[in-house]
Amino acid sequence: MGEREYDAGAYVPPAETEEMELVHPKTFIGKYIWSQDAKVIAIQYGVTATAIGLVALVLSLLMRLQLGFPNAFSLIDPGEYLQYVSMHGMIMVVYLLTAIFLGGFGNYLIPLMCGARDMVFPYLNMLSFWFYFASVLILVAGFFVPGGSMGAGWTLYPPQSISEGTPGSEAGIVVMLLSLAVFIAGFTMGGLNYVVTVLQARARGMTLMRLPLTIWGIFMATVMALLAFPALFVAALMMLCDRLLGTSFFMPEMLSMGETSDHGGGSPILFQHLFWFFGHPEVYIVALPAFGIVSDLLACHARKNIFGYRMMVWAIVIIGVLSFVVWAHHMYVSGMNPYFGFLFAITTLIIAVPTAIKVYNWILTLWRGNIRLTVPMLFAIGFIFTFVNGGLSGLFLGNVTVDVPLSDTYFVVGHFHMVMAVAPVLVIFGAIYHWYPKMTGRMLNDTLGKVHFWITFLGTYVIYYPMHFMGLEGVPRRYYAYGETTFISDSVQTLNVVISIAAFIVALAQVLFIINLVWSYYRGREAGPNPWRATTLEWQTEHTPPRHGNFGPTLPLVYRWPYDYSVPGSGDDFIPQNVAPQDTKKQAAEDRS
Amino acid sequence: MASTRSRESLVVPAIKRMVDDWASDQQTFKQVPWGKAMMWVFLLSDIFIFACFLIGYMTARMSSAESWPNASEVFALHVGGENVPLLLIAIMTFILISSSGTMALAVKYGYERDRLMTGGLLVLTALLGVLFVGLQAFEWTKLIEEGVRPWGNPWGAPQFGAAFFLITGFHGTHVSFGVLFLIIMAIKVLRGSLDHERAGFLTGRRGRYEMVETLGLYWHFVDLVWVFIFAFFYLW
Repeated sequence: MGEREYDAGAYVPPAETEEMELVHPKTFIGKYIWSQDAKVIAIQYGVTATAIGLVALVLSLLMRLQLGFPNAFSLIDPGEYLQYVSMHGMIMVVYLLTAIFLGGFGNYLIPLMCGARDMVFPYLNMLSFWFYFASVLILVAGFFVPGGSMGAGWTLYPPQSISEGTPGSEAGIVVMLLSLAVFIAGFTMGGLNYVVTVLQARARGMTLMRLPLTIWGIFMATVMALLAFPALFVAALMMLCDRLLGTSFFMPEMLSMGETSDHGGGSPILFQHLFWFFGHPEVYIVALPAFGIVSDLLACHARKNIFGYRMMVWAIVIIGVLSFVVWAHHMYVSGMNPYFGFLFAITTLIIAVPTAIKVYNWILTLWRGNIRLTVPMLFAIGFIFTFVNGGLSGLFLGNVTVDVPLSDTYFVVGHFHMVMAVAPVLVIFGAIYHWYPKMTGRMLNDTLGKVHFWITFLGTYVIYYPMHFMGLEGVPRRYYAYGETTFISDSVQTLNVVISIAAFIVALAQVLFIINLVWSYYRGREAGPNPWRATTLEWQTEHTPPRHGNFGPTLPLVYRWPYDYSVPGSGDDFIPQNVAPQDTKKQAAEDRS
Repeated sequence: MASTRSRESLVVPAIKRMVDDWASDQQTFKQVPWGKAMMWVFLLSDIFIFACFLIGYMTARMSSAESWPNASEVFALHVGGENVPLLLIAIMTFILISSSGTMALAVKYGYERDRLMTGGLLVLTALLGVLFVGLQAFEWTKLIEEGVRPWGNPWGAPQFGAAFFLITGFHGTHVSFGVLFLIIMAIKVLRGSLDHERAGFLTGRRGRYEMVETLGLYWHFVDLVWVFIFAFFYLW
């Protein structure tokens, strides 16, 4: 392509990097199993994460059966209950949410939205998925080892996690730590890809400030993950040494069954610091891609530009930076210098500022927009409600004096399930409804989608809202049964029954969703290249679904930001990013005549 | 007052221009190959791993109730009837830092397309790396013979052995992998894969001399980390 093709009005600077060379495999295995195509890898990630997520969902249902009807079922014993609590948490946070946002949506959307042919290191990308797959297999193996899976809570706090008597302390914890180490190694390979692709391989004209917010969210989350996972990696290695080699990094001297342990002199608090230095950024590793995706869904389905784009970008960056200096607010009850509690409470509350900016901007995006209540839009709006409600209880827990009585109660369970479980999952659903047409060429069924949304959205409120009250009453979390505890009133059991029934109904709604996914793949309405009339580059591909290499013979040139919806004076109510200014003028003139 | 205002008028546009430059077209870091950018990001991540290790070690050491073994006695080498403190570690550090020098020369000759010099220097760097790992193995053997174990040692806090073996072991693993990559790269250079831009066996990407520099970044990083480990284990 020569420079002559552009006139002065549509100046596009010359290419800064050469075109990517792709390896086109011929065999079925090369195309779909050991695939180096980011889109195939994305679907591999998505399917694996969903599958293991369903396992975690079943675990939560078993727990709900026990809690709702403590004497009616004898499916699980107290040890198994703890194991299911632990595995449910770990799977959902790391193996589902992190993997599906970064590995799934990251892989699918980064090359397409940036206008690249693929990730910059396709081979490494392929390895990344297979490492992830191996880590999931190792994780599942934990259920079958002697003594059962890890049962120390998803936070793995030592000394309890590797002391005799804790469920899964024989082999389950070792398998868990190994799986985490493999996961982190695999994620690092993928993460390097996502970061370098966004930084160094964008289409011509795609400046950083023209990137869709989805990419900003995923990019920042990946950077954070690359800096936060090392702490977990180190903690996992040290704990493996404590468990297998008899070192005492985290193990103090203990008296157990009248005998002193072999360990001594270690610091359990050191583990908590390492764990939460990973654990708190992890919350935002899950939240930032959700923030980004929701911004794009709102703008597209409200046919309006996102309000305060630059502010949104900087809010993502600031949240990312701040989330590294708040970790000790998870440790108020562990004991630390009161001044530290003060410091961490302040940084925690400061994070609410950029987050609130984002919420206001979402609402102002909707303000006087041409809102279409499509299924993705419903999920996006549902996210705003759930995120705000969950975030508000976070303000309580961020304060030391309020946190201390609420810590380890159902208030905490309600809070984080609202803010970092349900809210991001709503976005995942919204994103799947939004991008499924691009991935398969067919629309998902609308009616089924709306039923799915309303049951999920309202159902999760029935599940998690009462937990706040239970927490205020002091009901502790992670208990198998409450028996005749005097300070817990009888109404708590009534609530538990309601919650359990609602949990089952919501879980059934997810079956509807999976039926929808499968049915629409064969019978869904043909989507065409751009069913939502969106501006971003993934909707402007030559083929739907896009083939290996994403775009046609030439890569798109980018002339504008991704939010040119309802631009006054233009013919249509959206202008794709790769439409040159002179073309829109021509189009508008034709419309007038 | 006037001076602060003029400084502001310089600083704010400068920051804005920096952001604009970074945010400009296609590439955030101009003329930086993908491999090099990736290595920098990876090293950033790796820095956090070593930082966590060293902070963990410092916490263990500072909160230890028992006294920490004396580094200048523990790590001393018995030469000619006398204990010479830090002798072995001085030799090891010298070897590793020298290997950084040979690596830097390899990168230079790489960009000059000098196939034999580049390959030779890569082999030399790998040999120095092997020598370092060998001496480390010797040191480990010596300490184990003297009774240092991950769970205890004859002289004091049991965390000494745990932290020492884990952290130097993790660093040694880094060096060993580096040696492996150096050997692979040396073979690629010497057989002319980079000159002829032959596609890689696994990745299918064309060979380029930039790859030598990317590997060099990793090697220098491993040396730099050693300086910190050296300071915190042997000089503290």
